[in-house]
Amino acid sequence: MRERARKIRVSCVVNGTAASFEAYPMARLLDVLREELKLTGTKEGCGEGECGACSIEMDGALVNSCLVPALQAEGAKIRTIEGLAIGGSLHAVQQAFIAHGGAQCGICTPGMILAAVNLLARHPHPDDTQIREGLSGNLCRCTGYMKIFESVVAAVGKVEKRA
Amino acid sequence: MIGKSVPRKEGREKVTGRARYVDDLTFPGMLHGVTVRSPVARGRIRAIHFEGEIPWHEFTVVTAKDIPGKNCIALLIEDQPCLAAEFVNHPEEAVVLLAHHDKYLLEEARRAVRIEIEPLRGVFSIEDSLARKEIIWGQDNIFKSFYVEKGDVDGAWAEPGLVVEGTYETGAQEQLYIEPQGMIAQVSEAEGVTVWGSLQCPHYVHKALMILFGLPRERIRVVQAETGGGFGGKEEYPSMIAAHAALLARKSGRPVKIIYDRAEDMVATTKRHPSRTRHVTAVSHDGKLLAMDIDFTVDGGAYETLSPVVLSRGTIHAAGPYACPNVRIRSRAVATNVPPHGAFRGFGAPQSVFALERHLDRVAQAVGIAPDELRRRNFIREGQTLAVGQVVKEKVDMKGLLERAFELSGYHAKRKQFAAANSDSRAVIKKGIGFASFLHGAGFTGSGEEYLASEVAIEAKADGTVHILAGSTEMGQGTNTIFAQIAAEALRLDCEQIRIVQPDTAYVPNSGPTVASRTAMIVGKLVETAAAGLLQTLRDSGLLPDGYSAADFSRACREYITEHRALKSFVKYEHPRDLHWDDQKYSGDAYGAYAWAVYVAEVSVDMRTAEVRVNDFVAVQEVGKVINPVLAAGQIEGGVAQGIGFALYENVVWQEGRMVNAQMTNYVMPTSVDLPTIRVFFEEIPYGRGPAGAKGIGELPLDGTAPAIANAIAHATGVDVRQIPITAETLLEMLEAVHA
Repeated sequence: MRERARKIRVSCVVNGTAASFEAYPMARLLDVLREELKLTGTKEGCGEGECGACSIEMDGALVNSCLVPALQAEGAKIRTIEGLAIGGSLHAVQQAFIAHGGAQCGICTPGMILAAVNLLARHPHPDDTQIREGLSGNLCRCTGYMKIFESVVAAVGKVEKRA
Repeated sequence: MIGKSVPRKEGREKVTGRARYVDDLTFPGMLHGVTVRSPVARGRIRAIHFEGEIPWHEFTVVTAKDIPGKNCIALLIEDQPCLAAEFVNHPEEAVVLLAHHDKYLLEEARRAVRIEIEPLRGVFSIEDSLARKEIIWGQDNIFKSFYVEKGDVDGAWAEPGLVVEGTYETGAQEQLYIEPQGMIAQVSEAEGVTVWGSLQCPHYVHKALMILFGLPRERIRVVQAETGGGFGGKEEYPSMIAAHAALLARKSGRPVKIIYDRAEDMVATTKRHPSRTRHVTAVSHDGKLLAMDIDFTVDGGAYETLSPVVLSRGTIHAAGPYACPNVRIRSRAVATNVPPHGAFRGFGAPQSVFALERHLDRVAQAVGIAPDELRRRNFIREGQTLAVGQVVKEKVDMKGLLERAFELSGYHAKRKQFAAANSDSRAVIKKGIGFASFLHGAGFTGSGEEYLASEVAIEAKADGTVHILAGSTEMGQGTNTIFAQIAAEALRLDCEQIRIVQPDTAYVPNSGPTVASRTAMIVGKLVETAAAGLLQTLRDSGLLPDGYSAADFSRACREYITEHRALKSFVKYEHPRDLHWDDQKYSGDAYGAYAWAVYVAEVSVDMRTAEVRVNDFVAVQEVGKVINPVLAAGQIEGGVAQGIGFALYENVVWQEGRMVNAQMTNYVMPTSVDLPTIRVFFEEIPYGRGPAGAKGIGELPLDGTAPAIANAIAHATGVDVRQIPITAETLLEMLEAVHA
């Protein structure tokens, strides 16, 4: 059998809490989040960075965690869908997705919500083009996106400043 | 509760990432499983070699020899093997299964299995299958054929008027649910076979496993995990994956999880049937349809699976919402050496409706009247007879839907304005507007619901919560929420008091498959009836006061249960006595109800790149009472988006029966920047037999979207569009042909 790469230890901050794990350097961050840290809210849709179901925030930027090698997470601040609600209180974007039909089957929803949160951080009052472009890396097969756009519009102005 | 946009029942779990899909589940000691597949389309298996530097002794290896019962995935018939034993009949057919705890090593092992196959010549097109270049299935490559006749078609050709002919084609389409398919299985002496998975129809999987394992009903248990989209793609194929996982679990003695990656999901699982439709239509000089002769063929792939039923729905919808006195429809599903095509939202109807609605624009042009005028002169009305001999007893107002759709889209003004602007040959961007008018039957066809005999149970608990037990699944379309609304309305409670029991064949009755736009209308009605039964029981017991509150209801449940142990209501579908269907003649009341619709598409075409954009889309439909406006509009918007993909973007590229663009990067579905604002409008004529008057809507939007777009492109460019998808490449060729 071929000699395989050795695992390394990676330390980072996930959803505001220090996390440390062992992984092969080129393991996908997606797998590490789901399997090592048990954060299964991040989904895999295509494994090639096309669908955005595995979107997370890494140092404030929206990334496809299926394309990020584990070693790159060293020292990074990561936010997944599990880090969005505070206690029992949902984020304004999560509330809007429930109220306006932004989620159907739900598999794109965690990534889509993080994309929307990231968009609103960059453009607190986005126009139609900014919403469409901001979400264009996240595929949804159920909604035709209309209810997702409505959800984002409904969340505008309701996103609280958070540490 | 009815008519209110009650928030999605499982919405909170979905927006927080807490909803548990199959890949989110793990079991102690669980192994991963993979499938080794045929590299060729057709051939005889000579040998299986386990090569490479792989510690094979660590692996669980399953072949056809390990199947305890029948080697088949039982559906309508039993022609499709679970694992190919002697012959393979399509690329990517499953031959060997492997399991190991290390999924990275497992992938290396999968590549180290070599299946030695003596190739045989394959058949890859409808034409070659019909020409019987090779006989690859049965005696004649035909899975099923139908013959529908109304009036005297041959007698009509001599009547004064015109005859217009045309052949139309539609391509395969991938369902592309964002959650790939997957299953986990566990097998033990004590508990038999249990599977958890992403699926639409738990009782289909249950039946397939009973036959595969040769076990009685109670030894098989199928549990639906949260399901990330289905659209038909998780109707029949999950039985295959469940079978594979269960075989590996049985042999290894450990739980086994199989999750397909996107490429495997795209190459191996079902797609929408490619189709070819030939129309010959006689029409009078004033635009009355005299005779429609329709020949409809779908490519079923290598095994029968659901092709006869897809063909049936496509056949029945082929003549549309028109009152033509003479109609003949001949149809057939043929075998080819490609992976079996299967259920996809619309189920044959989007194919035949595309052909018809594109054809009628051409008929109107030949007659010299506007396309809407041709429709108007032939729309079916109450009391008239559809092609299959069904007298329309519902109120239907196709003209009204057409006028409303035209008003909302500004159709007439734009039609003129675009035509004038397009007449400038230097125009770089040409615009067009087109429409389609259509119907879609809800529920199983003909006697189908009678055979299904669906069952639903409702149980009240001592705490006053009401639990709905049904095999109907939530996969994003809203089953949980509308069932809760229907029960809440019938019981005069809040939706929060209603619980939906997870579909699990050990606990829920078989309410039939979650397909065919039947869940709200057929199963929803059973929920309503069961809830009414529960209420009646409480009333008869004298425990429930008139004008009761939620607290009164809870108290009554508690007291009733203390005395009688349980409070449960159980109903079984009863077919309405006035609906008649003749399976032999293929005529009668095909569906209990139809949804009716007119869709208008506005497009622009860049004449340099042949790129098409849909600028506006208006979808007007009559669907009975709308139970939940947000969910219903979401169904239509999502369906229109899939229809836009079907029309313009989604192109499966085949090579010797194998899909070669099996990635989301090169099989392109619409993104948020590709779609217009999809504007959805409902007309509501309550349907007497639907819950609170509702009809089915799930599949409807797939039928009319593509032809509306094709007609708009024809209007913009003058190109006689005959097939979809209309990719930029195909349109460029057609534009060059026009201008050559």
